[in-house]
Amino acid sequence: MCLAVPARVCALLDGERAVIELDGLKREISIELVDDVTVGDYVIVHVGHALGKLDPEEAEETLALLRDFAEAQA
Amino acid sequence: MKYIDEFRDGAAARGLARQLAVEIQPDREYRLMEFCGGHTHAIYRYGVQDLLPAGIRMIHGPGCPVCVLPVGRLDMALDLATRPNVTLCSYGDMLRVPGSGGQSLLRAKAAGAEIRMIYSAAEALELARRHSEREVVFFAIGFETTTPPTALVIQQAAALDLPNFSVFCNHVLTPPAIVHLLDSPEARELDAVAIDGFLGPAHVSVVIGSRPYEAFASGYHKPVVIAGFEPLDVMQSILMLVRQLNEGRAEVENQYTRAVTRDGNAKAQRLVAEILEPRSVFEWRGLGPVPRSALQIRAPYARFDAERRFALEPRTVPDHRACQCGAVLRGAIKPTDCKVFGTACTPETPLGACMVSAEGACAAYYSYGRYQEAA
Repeated sequence: MCLAVPARVCALLDGERAVIELDGLKREISIELVDDVTVGDYVIVHVGHALGKLDPEEAEETLALLRDFAEAQA
Repeated sequence: MKYIDEFRDGAAARGLARQLAVEIQPDREYRLMEFCGGHTHAIYRYGVQDLLPAGIRMIHGPGCPVCVLPVGRLDMALDLATRPNVTLCSYGDMLRVPGSGGQSLLRAKAAGAEIRMIYSAAEALELARRHSEREVVFFAIGFETTTPPTALVIQQAAALDLPNFSVFCNHVLTPPAIVHLLDSPEARELDAVAIDGFLGPAHVSVVIGSRPYEAFASGYHKPVVIAGFEPLDVMQSILMLVRQLNEGRAEVENQYTRAVTRDGNAKAQRLVAEILEPRSVFEWRGLGPVPRSALQIRAPYARFDAERRFALEPRTVPDHRACQCGAVLRGAIKPTDCKVFGTACTPETPLGACMVSAEGACAAYYSYGRYQEAA
């Protein structure tokens, strides 16, 4: 129920809607709940709505930390 | 898939496991509750449990909306669905949950009731617009993640002045449930387990932010780490909790920084606050009545409230006698401790909601962990 996925915004449509691409499939969602969505953003999609934007810099910071753990083991 | 696959990397998972083994204090047990069913599933689906040192015990929480909805509320939905001229719409998970006497929405549908499975609340609104001759009722369930889209369709129905649309609102709130788990005399009587710290919700927190957990972390001196739903998110968050416990800290930390901020989605919060308000009390399966733990539709939007429109009476109905979903939801027992787990109760023929939902702890054990547990 709370499962939601990050997906890339491919196009903006009228009526606060957008097309996202997820695993090669394109789907239309509502972006009424999030301000300032632009093409190329990754949004968290849940029951047909974007709930928030994904912050690529924060994602990269987390991934860098996780890579450190992977290398520490090697 | 970007932002998904990277957070499932095996080498990093093994590295995190090794770090955890180094940092845990050998004479101590770390009893950590993952509130969300989404975390329970990540733990079992990706074998996180097998990577954790023995001193870390994961306790599964009540964060599965289908699971915590008590039989009485489902019976109210079944009552609605079988009234003449009503089309009842709900999210798919809800359809197979058993109500009283083995009835379910799926069975009611097979018997002729007009019940539609929808992916988005907007589909229910659209059905109402296209079928002005039907009373379309959206059976809304879910935590704070799923609530804003419900508020949005009520607002839109008001703007359109739709006469044949209403919502049976069952939205519940995460922070009061966490407090209740630790605080209430009922929960203590109900054999609740001691919990040292919490993995906090991922997508609930995208909406409400990390701030609502702060008073709770300091007031009850329990660390909370907001954790993403991918396996590396879960493992890193467990490490963050272990570090807080080792250092005697009880703070709210955010592991899921790529999606969660301290204040959350203010636009969604404003919308929800305009349309919905807290109920004085709401019954949860497993937790019993929890004060201010659910939402109802505000008076200006009362004409869209299915409970008022159809004069639905509240009902309290006990679970199936053999079902121990309640104890599972409190973290008091593991799914495999239930007498009917995997025998009378399976995902194909569930007795309890925890075996139905994709987020239910019993379904997670059955699908991914059952054989390891038995071995």
